[in-house]
Amino acid sequence: MDLSYSDEQKQIKEGVERFVREQYAFDTRRKIAGSEKGWLPENWAKFAELGWLGMSFSEADGGFGGGAIETMIAMEAFGSGLVLEPYLPTVVMGGGLLAAGGSAAQKEALLAPMIAGEKQFAVAYVEKQARFNLADVAVVAKKDGAGYAISGHKGVVYNAASADTIFVTARTSGGQRDEKGITVFAVDAKSAGITRRDYPTQDALRASELTFDNVKVGADSVVGKVDDGHALFEGVIDRSIVALCAEAVGCMDAINKATLEYIKTRKQFGVPIGKFQVLQHRMVDCFTNAQEARSMTLMAALKIDDADATVRKKAASGAKVQIGKSGKFCGQSAVQMHGGMGVTDELSVSHYFKRLTMIETLFGNQQHHLSRYANLSVAA
Amino acid sequence: MDLALSAEDRAFADEVRAFARANLSPATIAKTRSGRHYDRDDHLAWQRALGKRGWHVYTWPKKYGGPGWSVTQRFLFENVLAEEGAPRILPFGPKMVGPVIYTFGNEEQKRRFLPDIVTSNILWCQGYSEPGSGSDLASLRTRAVRDGDHYVVNGQKTWTSAAHWADWIFCLVRTDTDAKPQEGISFLLIDMKSPGITVKPIIMLDGAHHVNDVFFDNVRVPAVNLIGKEGEGWTYAKFLLANERLGIAEVAASKRGVQGLRDIARAELADDGGKLIDDMGFREKIADLDLQLSALEMSELRALSTMQLGGAPGPEVSILKIRGSEIQQRIAELACEAVGNYAMPYQPELLFRDSNESPIGPAHAVPAAARYLNMRKTSIYGGTNEIQKNVISKMVLGL
Amino acid sequence: MDLAFTKEDIAFRDEVRDFVAKNLPKDIADKVAGGKHLERDDYMRWQQALGRQGWLVYTWPKKHGGPGWTITQRYIFENTCAEMNAPSIIPFGSKMVGPVIYTFGNDEQKQRFLPDIRESSVWWCQGYSEPGSGSDLASLRTKAVREGDHYIVNGSKTWNTMGHWADWIFCLVRTNPEAKQQEGISFLLIDMKTPGITVKPIIMADGGHEVNEVFFDNVRVPAENLVGKEGEGWTYAKFLLANERLGIAAIPQSKRGVEGLKQMAKSERDGAGKTLIDDASFREKIADLEIQVTALEYTELRALSAMAAGGAPGPEVSFLKIRGSEIQQRITELAVEAVGYYAMPYQPALLWHGANEEPIGPDYAHLAAPRYFNVRKTSIYGGSNEIQKNVISKMVLGL
Ligand SMILES: Cc1cc2nc3c(=O)[nH]c(=O)nc-3n(C[C@H](O)[C@H](O)[C@H](O)COP(=O)(O)OP(=O)(O)OC[C@H]3O[C@@H](n4cnc5c(N)ncnc54)[C@H](O)[C@@H]3O)c2cc1C
Ligand SMILES: Cc1cc2nc3c(=O)[nH]c(=O)nc-3n(C[C@H](O)[C@H](O)[C@H](O)COP(=O)(O)OP(=O)(O)OC[C@H]3O[C@@H](n4cnc5c(N)ncnc54)[C@H](O)[C@@H]3O)c2cc1C
Repeated sequence: MDLSYSDEQKQIKEGVERFVREQYAFDTRRKIAGSEKGWLPENWAKFAELGWLGMSFSEADGGFGGGAIETMIAMEAFGSGLVLEPYLPTVVMGGGLLAAGGSAAQKEALLAPMIAGEKQFAVAYVEKQARFNLADVAVVAKKDGAGYAISGHKGVVYNAASADTIFVTARTSGGQRDEKGITVFAVDAKSAGITRRDYPTQDALRASELTFDNVKVGADSVVGKVDDGHALFEGVIDRSIVALCAEAVGCMDAINKATLEYIKTRKQFGVPIGKFQVLQHRMVDCFTNAQEARSMTLMAALKIDDADATVRKKAASGAKVQIGKSGKFCGQSAVQMHGGMGVTDELSVSHYFKRLTMIETLFGNQQHHLSRYANLSVAA
Repeated sequence: MDLALSAEDRAFADEVRAFARANLSPATIAKTRSGRHYDRDDHLAWQRALGKRGWHVYTWPKKYGGPGWSVTQRFLFENVLAEEGAPRILPFGPKMVGPVIYTFGNEEQKRRFLPDIVTSNILWCQGYSEPGSGSDLASLRTRAVRDGDHYVVNGQKTWTSAAHWADWIFCLVRTDTDAKPQEGISFLLIDMKSPGITVKPIIMLDGAHHVNDVFFDNVRVPAVNLIGKEGEGWTYAKFLLANERLGIAEVAASKRGVQGLRDIARAELADDGGKLIDDMGFREKIADLDLQLSALEMSELRALSTMQLGGAPGPEVSILKIRGSEIQQRIAELACEAVGNYAMPYQPELLFRDSNESPIGPAHAVPAAARYLNMRKTSIYGGTNEIQKNVISKMVLGL
Repeated sequence: MDLAFTKEDIAFRDEVRDFVAKNLPKDIADKVAGGKHLERDDYMRWQQALGRQGWLVYTWPKKHGGPGWTITQRYIFENTCAEMNAPSIIPFGSKMVGPVIYTFGNDEQKQRFLPDIRESSVWWCQGYSEPGSGSDLASLRTKAVREGDHYIVNGSKTWNTMGHWADWIFCLVRTNPEAKQQEGISFLLIDMKTPGITVKPIIMADGGHEVNEVFFDNVRVPAENLVGKEGEGWTYAKFLLANERLGIAAIPQSKRGVEGLKQMAKSERDGAGKTLIDDASFREKIADLEIQVTALEYTELRALSAMAAGGAPGPEVSFLKIRGSEIQQRITELAVEAVGYYAMPYQPALLWHGANEEPIGPDYAHLAAPRYFNVRKTSIYGGSNEIQKNVISKMVLGL
């Protein structure tokens, strides 16, 4: 057992932290959020150049042989600066699908250029009726000659407007909520029949509603096996959860740091408000929550590639519950301890709070994952 | 002891309901139901309708133009209006400055200011907080220096709700810098059109514009606008606070909020494809909230009943503010949870402007996250919850 | 970074398992598994078995007769013992006074006291708290006055855990009433059989006797029993505290507790014809608890790993105590909830005296409420959770 970073990992950590420190001052971030794409191509090129887009993939897949820990390191730093570049949808989700289920040809055509910084991905899986149930898939892919024709609606697809390839879960057989019968497709974002409605999200990212109207794809666009896409997809979402948790840990550390600084400097009644014991204890609770979040994220990163799917699922859901709880506590407390300043758009706290709030929902909220964990661990 | 309503009470409730239905615009009701923001006209149109009927200042005694209602009637009035989807009455005129004027103002001031509050002809805002003086309000530094029959005001107020809509502002200003902090404060009424006043928006975390910075640069205020005595402003401010404390719990609005939450849970689907309202976990969360709200309502009724009998509500009503704000926050939090993934899209056009844009998810999802974020304010304004606890600890528990 | 155990670690785990299987008497394991009350003799039998193996003082370095284990080995040892229902090791000798003696004592004291601690042939207790000095320990007033080669001790200590079973007590006493509070304190070892010592039971809320008052009436203590220097006792006490902080979280025991809850929930009915484990909301409560335990465990592992890499655990590990105690409390709280009505019958004979009385409800139920009441202590002793938060606030956050 060894929980310390290797030298390479320490270097990566320093690198991403430096990037955030130097390139992601809060005002810069505000400008980037308001830019056309909502993220900066120069930054993305830098990610590619520094190897961050490939570091978590095996060497066989054209990566540098890292894994969940490397992803965790990067995402944590990104969280601390509320980085807007679409690392999660492109590298962790899209890249993750290709690494776990892609054919050699798909890896060559899609994963390699992604690692080189030339392609971006989005993953379309949310459906309006499905809530957080990944198996509730109503979008259909009908056999169409040698390929398929995809029809239906997908919601809240992050990075769809910038993506070159959109991964879509679609039903190729079975009933609407069956795990069997779901297939993952890699669809060219410019395919005829895709209509997009783009919008910003609460936390200044970009997402879209996508309508697929008889979108024709070849048989070679199937990622993994036909009808057996659910397990592949669920596995990738579990890995994405760990990455998201790491982002949340970065957010929590940053929001706690800002709050601590604030209560040390803001004076009322002639003293820094950090002298009041209620605030001290609340700050301690924030610190504790962030520590627990960090511990659970680390645990999940270490277990996410376990051969036993139950271990993996419990790890991801357990971490997600913790992150939901801790993120809410730190976010709400930070706002409260900032007083009126906390509810303004002006300071960074409210922006971290918004990201933490959305993170709680993304990939299933606390309730969803608590119930999933309970079914796996307690009922078993 | 009796919780039942008399026939007169029921008739009264019907009368209020009929009035609301006849006078509330459908557009305003729609905003209430969906949790979207009102604009100035929504408030004004409704408050003026109430004003015509003599109900805008429903807590006032008859003598000053109020209806002189019993505590039960007030309670019914608030509840019926909330149920019907009426906007909250902006409190600055009728609940804040009005009672200060009729209690501490001179006859001339009463004649000059009260009628416009009764009719909601002019809108007021509250200029207490300053950048350096939030919880520690008595440290405020906005100066008013007497110059002939004027005061010359310099300084800055902040967090001023509705200042960008308001015609007048009531301010706490420092008239004596040598006295003890509480003793050098005076209560001044200032016309927002006076030269030297600048209002700058503060944008909230959900993108909303409710609050403002208000700057005073050599603003000349006629000395006749001073309420009561110079240096006694703190006393009036405290009186106002006590007056404000009741009702800040927003019980009636929260009841509507819980109802709205149930509606959302009926429309949303759970993971298994069933209705969210049939999901045990979620249902129990609503039930828990409902129980908290019932406890709060009973506490408020107990306080009201004491008042009915002539007693004054004690500082223990601070708990109403604390629990009331927490409940408002919890409602918003659960609504955000209920809408799932569709909490994420941000549609400011729909939230703040009367746009025709179609909602991205279900219509009820549009304001969910924004409200959740925005409602964090309720444990901060009107005296933060920490400060309320300090008050209870000192005044009620003697700690 | 790696969670996996090395081959050596696995061999070590097997060795520990084998040892426990052979040496832990079945009657003791059964009591621990059932959460029952243990007698002095139960602890002694187990601790002496560990002592014979050289494992009782498993955190000690080799130099002082400990096994000199790595952090990973300690972790494996603690978890294996807990999984196999070994009793917790009573910390007063092996984790508290022992390290103080080998760090600050003289050679004569080391020779005299350490072997008995390693073998568990004497029972120690801790005499810190006094009626007027709990959280504010430095205000303690038990006096020790030098008279020739003796100290004469007068005063009273309270909350002495298992003082009625103890052979020796280590005490903080005031040797200099003139010095600043912390500076007048000394660390004294006292034989409980010395004339002038009286032990009086304090009965806890569950009816159990585990703590005592200890009165000192002109007790003559040989001066050679002073550890280190006169007036430096506070330093040793703080050292002891830092030593104590890790491990106080009782994580292996809580893991066992969560398993116990699952078992209980599998046999309790849920009122709808199924078992409680089928009740989603109860199941989720256990799940939530298990996640808390996991978070705590990985936090401890992170701290241990930092220590293994040469770092010292900072004061931030105080929060292990806070969360660890809250988790212990939550386990007992859920047990009470699980057993429903059968939390009510009170069976002291069964609880305390191992009587042959039939349990009134299910076997595990009679323990539920007493344990819940009893375990409220965990957020009070070892420095109350409020005090721990003060420590973190000051030492870690710099507030
Ligand atoms: C949306 C909104 C609308 C508002 N509208 C108005 C308005 O119309 N007019 C107006 O005058 N003001 C208004 N306010 C201001 C409001 O009254 C202040 O925000 C409030 O008094 C808190 O002051 P502050 O923001 O400076 O926080 P601070 O006083 O700086 O407090 C920061 C934190 O420290 C805590 N704290 C401070 N002192 C203590 C203590 N002694 N013990 C324990 N904790 C303490 C607080 O509880 C809070 O958590 C509004 C505020 C908001 C957010
Ligand atoms: C079961 C049990 C076993 C024990 N065993 C031993 C033992 O073997 N040997 C021994 O020496 N002692 C023992 N103790 C004593 C224990 O260490 C004390 O109970 C503890 O230090 C708290 O002191 P107190 O009980 O006097 O509470 P107090 O100090 O009176 O505290 C009362 C309350 O005030 C709070 N409080 C006090 N100061 C502050 C502050 N500055 N800020 C915020 N809150 C504060 C506390 O957190 C607590 O909630 C035991 C106690 C128990 C309950």
